[in-house]
Amino acid sequence: MIRILVLRAPGTNCDEETARALREAGACVDVIHTNKLVKREVDLFQYHVLVLPGGFSYGDRVRAGAIWAKKLRAHIGDMLLRYAEEGRPILGICNGFQVLVELGLLPGWESSLEPQAALAPNTSARFEARWVYLRYEGSERCIFTRDIPRGAVLRMPVAHSEGRFLLAHDEDLSRLISNGQLVFRYALPDGRPAEGAYPFNPNGSLFDIAGICNPKGTVLGLMPHPERAVYSWQLPESASSNLEGASVYADGWPIFASMVRYIDENIA
Amino acid sequence: MPLFKARIEIWLKEGLVDAEGQTVKEALNDLGYPIMAARVGKVYQLIIEAVDKKAAEKTIDELCRRLLANPVKDRYYFEVSRY
Repeated sequence: MIRILVLRAPGTNCDEETARALREAGACVDVIHTNKLVKREVDLFQYHVLVLPGGFSYGDRVRAGAIWAKKLRAHIGDMLLRYAEEGRPILGICNGFQVLVELGLLPGWESSLEPQAALAPNTSARFEARWVYLRYEGSERCIFTRDIPRGAVLRMPVAHSEGRFLLAHDEDLSRLISNGQLVFRYALPDGRPAEGAYPFNPNGSLFDIAGICNPKGTVLGLMPHPERAVYSWQLPESASSNLEGASVYADGWPIFASMVRYIDENIA
Repeated sequence: MPLFKARIEIWLKEGLVDAEGQTVKEALNDLGYPIMAARVGKVYQLIIEAVDKKAAEKTIDELCRRLLANPVKDRYYFEVSRY
């Protein structure tokens, strides 16, 4: 049985739909509060995958994801680093991505928990809640996207104030690309990169970056919400069509399905 | 140990678009003020116990890097004085 830990914190609000998507993919999911993990009431290593869901942990105080990241670092930093270094998958969605960046687990270039990137406030200076087009860049090692054909255009919603991906140095972008760590870019409806055009690139992200993985391909973080695009009835046009009850999957589904299949084939 | 007061400012690095600052500038321009640029930062006030001012400054610098600022995108400044 594939066991997945969806970690909650004060202010997370996407834990249940994320757990539902993972259960739909066949995993056994526990939704557990950070405090239990910090107090060692739960053993992280009994789970095949760690998922940090979206939300507004600790009220987005200081910076989105900062408090949750530093709390994890202070109490179980070494454990998290070991978990990632052993190649155990970690998925961070939206606020979860912000936490992985604050922890330095993404881009994951150093064996430390110092940030090497940032998710800065959107250039629109507001909360962006809208459907976006994502272009899958074809990251070969990424275990979360094996079911997605290279160049595919996916639709998922974003909902965040701090999603402008930035790197510390100019040369870091080419490193990200040559390592195959670029996973999703914001795109135009035809799949060409948005090249910063608003609202296709909703936040002003460098190189239209929406999601990246670590060099191993086992840690993925993305700002869009795949768990809000698992079923076709979650799509915006379903309100005006007769999709209710249809069990057709939407574009967020393969991320969960690919990862669960990877665990099934390689680990569990 | 003596107490010190630290006043810390966190700013988005120069060169990065400060969208909130831009919005403030435009709103002030609408009101007729000749504002040419605006940036928005965050101020923290901390009271810290330390053996002396130098030690307090060292700790403040460290905690800025570890929590209050993400050095990838933020710059920080601080002043420490006896509380």
